[in-house]
Amino acid sequence: MTAPRTRVEIEALLDVWLETEFTFHQVGPMARELCRLERTDQDFILDWIKRVATTHITLAHRFGKQAPDMLRRMDRRAIEAWAVHLCDVYDRAGMYAALDGVAKVGSFMQHRHEHAAGALFEDSAPILGNFVHGLSGRRLKVEQGDAAWTDGEKIVLPAIVAALESRPDNFKLTKAMVALLWAQTRFGSLRVNIESVCASYPDPARALAQFHGLETLRLTARLAHELPGLHRDMVRLSRELGDQLAEGWADLAARLNDLAEVEDSLALLDTAYALPDFRPFSYQGALNPEAVATARSARLEKEKARLRVKLAEMAEEQRRRAPDQETGPKEEPEFAAQPEEDQGQLDFELTLNDMPVAPPDDVKQLLTSIFLDFGEIPPEYLVPAGDGEYDPSLYQDQTADPDAVWQGTYHEEGALFYHEWDLGRQHYRKDWCVMREKDVKPVYDDFPRQTLEKYGALVKQLRHRFEAMRDENRLLKRQAQGDEVDLDALVEALADSRDGSEMSDRLFMHMHRAERNIAVAFMVDMSGSTKGWINEAEREALLLLCEALERLGDRYAIYGFSGITRKRCELFRIKTFAEPYSEEVKARIAGITPQEYTRMGFAIRHLSKLLNGIEARTKILITLSDGRPDDYFDSYRGPYGIEDTRMALLEAQRAGIHPFCITIDKDARDYLPHMYGAARYVILDDVAQLPAKVADIYRKLTH
Amino acid sequence: MNTLTPETHFIQSEPYYEPVGEEIAIFEAAYANKLPILLKGPTGCGKTRFMEYMAWRLKRPLITVSCHDDLTASDLVGRYLVKGGETVWIDGPLTRAVRVGGICYLDEIVEARKDTMVVIHPLADDRRALPMEKLGQLLEASAEFCLAISYNPGYQSVLKDLKQSTRQRFVALEFDYPEPELERRIVASESGVDIALADKLVRFAHMTRNLKGSGLDEGASTRLLVHAAKLIASGVHPVTACQSAVAQAVTDDPDMLAAIQELSASLF
Repeated sequence: MTAPRTRVEIEALLDVWLETEFTFHQVGPMARELCRLERTDQDFILDWIKRVATTHITLAHRFGKQAPDMLRRMDRRAIEAWAVHLCDVYDRAGMYAALDGVAKVGSFMQHRHEHAAGALFEDSAPILGNFVHGLSGRRLKVEQGDAAWTDGEKIVLPAIVAALESRPDNFKLTKAMVALLWAQTRFGSLRVNIESVCASYPDPARALAQFHGLETLRLTARLAHELPGLHRDMVRLSRELGDQLAEGWADLAARLNDLAEVEDSLALLDTAYALPDFRPFSYQGALNPEAVATARSARLEKEKARLRVKLAEMAEEQRRRAPDQETGPKEEPEFAAQPEEDQGQLDFELTLNDMPVAPPDDVKQLLTSIFLDFGEIPPEYLVPAGDGEYDPSLYQDQTADPDAVWQGTYHEEGALFYHEWDLGRQHYRKDWCVMREKDVKPVYDDFPRQTLEKYGALVKQLRHRFEAMRDENRLLKRQAQGDEVDLDALVEALADSRDGSEMSDRLFMHMHRAERNIAVAFMVDMSGSTKGWINEAEREALLLLCEALERLGDRYAIYGFSGITRKRCELFRIKTFAEPYSEEVKARIAGITPQEYTRMGFAIRHLSKLLNGIEARTKILITLSDGRPDDYFDSYRGPYGIEDTRMALLEAQRAGIHPFCITIDKDARDYLPHMYGAARYVILDDVAQLPAKVADIYRKLTH
Repeated sequence: MNTLTPETHFIQSEPYYEPVGEEIAIFEAAYANKLPILLKGPTGCGKTRFMEYMAWRLKRPLITVSCHDDLTASDLVGRYLVKGGETVWIDGPLTRAVRVGGICYLDEIVEARKDTMVVIHPLADDRRALPMEKLGQLLEASAEFCLAISYNPGYQSVLKDLKQSTRQRFVALEFDYPEPELERRIVASESGVDIALADKLVRFAHMTRNLKGSGLDEGASTRLLVHAAKLIASGVHPVTACQSAVAQAVTDDPDMLAAIQELSASLF
């Protein structure tokens, strides 16, 4: 085993990482703590101090002070998760929130055991997210937060649950929390206005806690009936964690059986208020009536409008289907909805003028959601919307105009978020890039015609070559299997057999039907540095490429990318996959103008997502660029940007996409092989070559 | 080889089938009027079983072809083979069904190549004739012949859609997963497990069907439930049976597998 580092050695490292010369952080005590550890533990913590320091030095300093103590209580995975969590909080909410996270490390892990192996949110969330979707009711999202609670639309879970010693048990505990929070939405706890109920008690906070206790008992009984397997686990975990009922509560627990409703809990609240405090169960989470009310008030109007518009559509469709029905011409459509609870599954029987109609899935979802808010479908929700009664903005999710969003104070509405790889942290920065798709303003000028004229001979040649690549149906002769007998082969074979030699079995003809099944996305550099010549060459290249690709029939899309800082990453639609090549596309190509900087990761991630949505055997992502990744006044220039781009490309490859880069940056040999791999790029020495070469490179690539 | 021995394609004993709606009456009426039939619905909800049942009921031989993306018109109609130096014509399954007046059931028709439509279309309208290009013949179908195809509209691929010119020739019967109560009965009687266990399995199926669209392409079909129930009846633990017979059959995604495992573990 390697000898531990000495105090002096550690201090020297920390001096550099924490820049003590300028920051005056005291590293002496930290080094003293660290030098007592074993070498592997030292290296582990030092590595994380270094990684956190790339995010913020003070944060790294505080982390380092806590870490040795943490190491005694938690396994490494949990500490790692904590470090990443701190960096995330810093990214999202700034320094104070992050330092607060360091101070509240205890609440982060609820430790009770030495070296507890906690269940991390990032491991549990994908599983429990699907788990909760599988249960009936409204589709709840699972998000990370400071504690376990729900607002009726999302379930919030802490970053780590480590109340028990083993990871499987901690996962089971998390699952029990999720199930109980789900049950709050599904079985009516959130339906009542609990804030106003509690306000009538001398101590509303205490009333709320007692109500929470009653509901925990009621829902536990309900879960015992609905999900008996889970309930067994809950009982076991509860016992291990020493959950106990305070005096007098056993009687209430007995009264809240699996048929009890939230009204029964409310009726018992007076009794419970007089009892000693309910001792919270380890899986009960927190009640957050404020968040519930906010989510609910935002939801109610929108869902009412949505349902009424949907019902109007259904009524209209029904009318069209049976135009000559003998019923009165002006009969008002009358809907009725009867909830049916079968086997824990919530379903609705919808009738229109007493005739059953099958509600489509989205209507079912709406009915479910409304039922969960009211315990019934209120009659006014079932009146189909009249003409023009609703402004679409009321029931549709707002899609903000991407330009308007940026004006004034920016906000992140309607944008997509993408992770970014942080080299120093060796971890993703979550939802770091704020991305929007925008349109290129078409410019109807002479550019397309001029270009096609200028490259007349080349265009002809390209079309010709690309046409030759089209894989056509052809008849394959002398096959072992096929639709028809190949007479030539048969005659020969018979002659052979008369001759005494062996008879071939390749006697058939087979029609080979080949389909080129390729989808390609072109990602075009629209950064400021392309101004002038390069922009000209890019536009020409794209036009020629389109002309050639049209001959081939491959599906393709063209997007320009640019941006300034992570808050404003933009992809410009030039041609989408679904769109045909048209005059407008040509005009958009003509309208490509240089924008800002070259942040690349988000563009690769977004285009990969688009490509993944296309069904094709081969998927290609081709970047046209003029230089290395770069962005305005942040660290994207240099290794950080290169590593993020490389990571985005690796993600694309993992998804089965073949990336390729065409660049005119002569220095690209320094970084492109690292980013794309040795054989996945082409460097053009002369900008003027671009138009002539791009289509040709594509041809070779896909041949 | 060239002649169909109808006995082998007759269904001898009554297949177990629980009617969901009026599908039996509609099928019989369509059959009597020589109309072709299209069965729509997700996989494993009983389409094939329904065909077997109807073949038994109508006492006609049933020839089922599972279509795949390499299935050509020749595979259906027939082809010449070389035998001892001579070419011999071999009827394909569709031709055989037309000749003996049987029921030809083309399962998952959208998977087949487009050129198969050339032979299906004339059989599916009032011509009721099968063009046999290579023999230069037009084979007329007798009154007993029936063409049925199936199709799963759940596929979201545009490439796997049935063309209007095809679908508008057929009488369509829509199938879906049966109502819980019926499904319970089907699972119980197919596998021999008791009704309480069948009930839990049906609940479990509904949970996976809730996941459709958020990570699963299809929820658990009735067929998979029967598989799971049979495993349980043979002594496999329910959670394991659900995992092997259902979860692994509907997805490969590890997170989704884990989630389904958690769902079944919560129930049993």
